[in-house]
Formats: sequence, C-alpha cells, structure tokens
Amino acid sequence: MPKPLLRRAAAPLVGVLLIISGCGESEDPRDGAAPADNGDNGDTGNGEVQLVIESWRNDDLGIWEDVILPAFHEQHPNIQVTFQPSAPDEYNAALEAKLAGGTAGDLITCRPFDVALQLYEAGHLTALTDLPGMDAFDDVARSAWITDDGSDVFCVPMASVIHGFLYNTEVFDELGLEEPATEEDFHEVLDQIAAEDITPLVMGTADQWEAATMGFQNIGPNYWNGEQGRQALIEGEQRFDDDAYVSVFDELASWADYLPNGYEAITYPDSQNLFTLGQGAIFPAGSWEIALFREQADFEMGAFPPPLPEGQGQCYISDHTDIGIGMNADTDHPEEARTFLEWTTTAEFAELYANSLPGFFPLSDHSVELDDPLAQEFLDWRDDCESTIRNSYQILSRGEPNLENELWDLSAQVINGTIEPRAAAERAQEGLERWYEPQQ
Amino acid sequence: MTASLRPAASRVGRRPRFRPHLWVFLAPAVLIYTVFMVYPLLDSMRLSMFAPRDGVRVFVGLENFVHLLTDDLLSDRFWNAVWNNLIFFGVHFVVQNPIGLLLAALLSAPVLRGRATYRTLLFIPTTLSVVIVGFIWQLILSPAWGLVETPLLGQSSTALLTLSLMSVWQYIGIPMILFYAVLIGIPDELLEASRVDGANGWQIFWRVKFPLILPTIGIVSVITYVANMNAFDLIYTVKGALAGPDFATDIMGTLFYRTFFGFQLQRGSSTMGATVATMMFLLILAGVLFYFYGWQRRIERYQL
Repeated sequence: MPKPLLRRAAAPLVGVLLIISGCGESEDPRDGAAPADNGDNGDTGNGEVQLVIESWRNDDLGIWEDVILPAFHEQHPNIQVTFQPSAPDEYNAALEAKLAGGTAGDLITCRPFDVALQLYEAGHLTALTDLPGMDAFDDVARSAWITDDGSDVFCVPMASVIHGFLYNTEVFDELGLEEPATEEDFHEVLDQIAAEDITPLVMGTADQWEAATMGFQNIGPNYWNGEQGRQALIEGEQRFDDDAYVSVFDELASWADYLPNGYEAITYPDSQNLFTLGQGAIFPAGSWEIALFREQADFEMGAFPPPLPEGQGQCYISDHTDIGIGMNADTDHPEEARTFLEWTTTAEFAELYANSLPGFFPLSDHSVELDDPLAQEFLDWRDDCESTIRNSYQILSRGEPNLENELWDLSAQVINGTIEPRAAAERAQEGLERWYEPQQ
Repeated sequence: MTASLRPAASRVGRRPRFRPHLWVFLAPAVLIYTVFMVYPLLDSMRLSMFAPRDGVRVFVGLENFVHLLTDDLLSDRFWNAVWNNLIFFGVHFVVQNPIGLLLAALLSAPVLRGRATYRTLLFIPTTLSVVIVGFIWQLILSPAWGLVETPLLGQSSTALLTLSLMSVWQYIGIPMILFYAVLIGIPDELLEASRVDGANGWQIFWRVKFPLILPTIGIVSVITYVANMNAFDLIYTVKGALAGPDFATDIMGTLFYRTFFGFQLQRGSSTMGATVATMMFLLILAGVLFYFYGWQRRIERYQL
C-alpha cells in the first residue's frame, strides 16, 4: 500500500521544523547591550554625562553607591558615575572581552602588574603620567601600574593591603605579654603561649598561599631590606639562595612548632575561624581581614608589624599595591573620566575610601585619619617602616616556572618540613635562572 | 547467514529503500554530538598544533607535544599528573569493584528487608554535588574540627589516596546499581538448576553469577577510567588548582586547568592547554581501546 505523501514527509518535516524553531531566537545577546553602551553617548539630555566603572570588587558595591560616588556627584553634578562590578574570578576575562568588543566601561579598575600592563600595551588603557595629582604617589605605589622602563603610569594607585600580625588581646593580657619587637621576643612570646596550651600561631598550609603571602612575603622584607632587595633580585644583583632568603625560610620553618595540630590540612577558612573563635593567639594576617574579623571575633584585637630579625635596625612592611583605576582608551568622555581620576588622587577620596573599607589603605601620601583604630595601627606603621611589595609580583613571575606558584609550594613545604630551607631557596633560584636573563 | 542464501537476483533489481525517518532519528544526536563534542575535540587538537610567536598564532606542527614531553620542567609535571591519575583510577578499580559487588550481592539477597531504603541510601552520595562531598569530607577529616588527628589531606603521602577514597565513597552507587541489575536479572531457573545439581551458595555465586557479572565489571571499569582520567572537580574543590602539597594530588585535569587558564600570576596558554587536553584524550583513547580489544572481545558472553 503506497503511503500518502504527507505521511511519508511528516517525520522529516517535523524534524526540520524543530531545528528551525530552535534556531529562531538565537540572537546574540550582546547585540542588545551594545547600543545601550555606545548609542546613548552618555548624554541624558540635560548635559549630564554618564561614566561606568568596571571592577571586580563586588563586595564594595554598596560603599561606592552610598558613600564614595555621592561625594563625587556633589562636586560634579554634571557627571554621573555608576559602579559596575563583576565576579572577581571572571573579571580579567570578562574585561578583556568587553574591551575587545568595545563595550567596556569608561573607567577600569586595574589589577596590579602584568594584567594591567598587558591591557595598556594592547592600547586599552590611557597613559596617565601627566594627570594632575599623580605626584601624590611615590614609586612603590606606582610600581604596579608602570611600564617596565618606568616611563608611563597607566592607572591611579587606589589601595594597598599591609601585612602584619593580628593578636587576641585577651590572651596577651592574661599572660602578661607584650607586642614583640624583635624575632627573639616573638619566639619568647610564642613559647609562653604554647606553655599555656593555647595555639600560638594560627595558620595552615593546606591552601599553600597563606604560607607564601602571610608567611614568606610578610616577614621577608625585613630580611632583604624591602625595596632594595626586591629591586636587586630584578636586576640580578641578589640571588634567591643568598643568606637573606634562606633565613626567611629558616624562620618560616620554625613556625611549624607553633601552628595548630595537623596544620598541613588546615585551610584558610579553618584558620580564620580558629582565630575568631578565640582558639589561637596570633594570626599572620593581611589587613583585609580587619572588616571580617571585627564582625566575627568577640574579643579585642591588636596588631604588630613583622618583628625585626637580629641585627636589623630598620623595619620594612609589605604594603602591597592591590587596586588601581585607569581610563578606557576608547571612552567617549575622556575629559570627564580624567576629572574623576583626578578626584581619586585627592585627600578627600583617600579618606572616604580608607574609612569605608578598613584594611584597604590609600596609596597617596595624604595623611589620612581612620576611624578604625586597628586599621589606623596598620597605617601608622608606614611612619616608621619602609614600604615594599611582594617580591614575586613585578616581572619575576613572567616565566616558567612561575615564581609566585613556586613560592606557594616551597613556603608550604618548608613549614611542612618536607624540604630544607636552603634547598627551597636553591630551587626558587634555579627556577628563576631557567628563564630570567639577569639571574643567569 | 540467511542473507547469503538468498538468491542474488532478487536484490539487484530492487533499489535499497530510502528510509527518511532514520535520518530524523539520527539527525538530532549526530548534530548535537558533532557540534558540541566532535567539533570542539577536533578544534582543540588543531589548536594544539599552534603556538603564539610575537603575538601571532602560527602553525608549529607537533612542537608543543615535543616541548611537553621533553622539557624537564613540563614533562615532570605532566608525568607526575599522569601517574597520580593512574593511582587515582587504580584505587577506584581496586576498591569500588569488590565493594560494589558485595553491596549488590547483599542487596539482591532474598532475605534482605528494607531493600529500597538501603539502595537509596547507598546511591544518594552519587547524586550529591562534588563541592558538597568535598566540603563534608574536609570537615570530617579536618584536624581542627573533625574526627581525625592526622592531616590526611595535608600530607603528600596520604592526600591522593584519601581523595581517591572520597571519590569512591561518592560514586560507589553506580557500580552497585549496575551489578545489582545484572544479579536480579539472572533467571531463577538457572539458580534452581545449579542448586539441584548440588551447588552451595558460594559455588552458585562464583560459578554461575560471577561469570554473568564479569562483562559488567569491564563496562564499569572503563566508564570509571574515562571519568577518572577526566576528573578535576574534587581535587580542585579540596586542594585548589595548585593541587598540593608539592603537587602530590595534581592530576591531568588540574594540570590542564593551570596550563589553559593560568593561575594567579601565571599566564594561561590556550595552545599548550590544548596540547595537554589532546594528551588526555589520547591516554583515554588508549585505555578504551585496550578495553575493547584486550578485554571485551575475549570475554565469554552468555545469552540468558
């Protein structure tokens, strides 16, 4: 029996229809967004200009909207700025895609060092060397957003984080302890706390980065004389297996006795919780902890800078450049964007920012008063101590093996006792020698 | 057999009938599979033959592979990851098959009460998110809050084994259910017959049931192999992309992640990442081919 044509064709027809209907609405969602960004020219009719800030700090959205931007709008009613953050993990990739597609905001929050440098070299960021107010920033502050030859600055340094040690004042008072000034004092304090069956130092090595960031880079600058040592490494005048660096690993290895039981498997959130629950005395910290610890800990906290090793008279702190802000080279409103950037160099901005985000410190040389005494304490260290940044961040982590990753691994292993301090220093040096000419 | 007996003339005269509905049924799968699996796979292989030179991507042939396998730094990392990956699979193979079989045998025991409850309970972990499993086990094994004093996840000697067992714990439901399905599919007549022949329970299991399960053990193992060689999420959740301590838990998935996407200050390289991915594919392919030619074709099958 011959099948009716319709029946024979029905199945393929349905299939084709299904496919067509599936394709029908596949319009590129970006098409819709683009005109909104480009087409409005930022003018809302009454001479007002719209600027958008790209950022990864979505935690700070409220602070920008409620505190920082209103202060700017008051002085510049014709410029409306919006803070448009994305997730920290996605920021770099998303920003790169938006810049390439021409849909990025007018103002770009800059990651430090190579990420921002590549954006500048690709022509996405504008040089800001001649921006009025730029002279408020010293060389260390600029170092994260400057070309390798030092000729052009492309982001206004916005905030840094400072490393040091936070401690539980109740434990210190109870045991009659004082903030240690030297490493000898530090070990004495640690021994005394350990004798009372309290965990002296709260840190784990499971996540590795704390060992490097809160350990190695925290206490290290006192050994390699801050900027002097950092620059010498870059220029190839010092080596990673010099005594100074071995001593840092030595000191780090000695921490093992004071860390919580099973520290090899203790993660960063674990140690944060241990400390804020009062189960430990001292927390090797970054200043960004202040806000969270204030919320969680029900005891008073104090802070001291990295204690001085023997024979060291000058103190150095890791005052690490973390956030900057620059201008999209494709912006329709370069004038207004510059006005905003200029404002971020002022004392007013520094004061607003630092007080809204205790633990993130302005990088300009305006003297700023902070409401949070603990944050103020961190900031006061700048008066006596020389600032420097983490030595693996500029230039030295461009090759294979990646120095920063190596330092995570080595610092954690030194504390775990699975590698000797000298061997660790030698491995870091070997790694550098593989690809970094000045060290070869 | 029957086809060859048919007179040839009857076939020559008839055009093979076009069956449009075959295409309709095949098209969606072929289309989706091609667009989302075959094309990306081929494209990533193509990508692995390129490398950036002065900012431009140029064709370099097999140079990336040579570099991956001969550069002392990279090849160390790569073989370390391969080796760890094989251990990860080895633990699964050695632990999940006997335990899965035991659980299946217990579940299919005629005297068991509350069968559905046990079955569900044992299968639930498989349905959980890896992130949850990682988090729960991390808490259980945490020296700070958990039940174990030894930092099992923190020592290079124990971390990989612990992670493998966590993964076995999570996925034990799959071999169990597959074995169970075979066991309850065995016709009663067969078992009765062997009982009449005088076999005891032990003999029935090993002589009658086990040969019927054997092909399924092969399937389960090859599925596990593919899943394990592609594994990433559990290690990443618990140990991060740097898979410490000292890369003791680094498997190919985490190595690929670091290579392709970069990590912290390390820049990602899509071409080198594609090279690692292609190597992963080749290793998986080798394992699967070994299974098909070395095992599946030789094994005796019984039609029930």
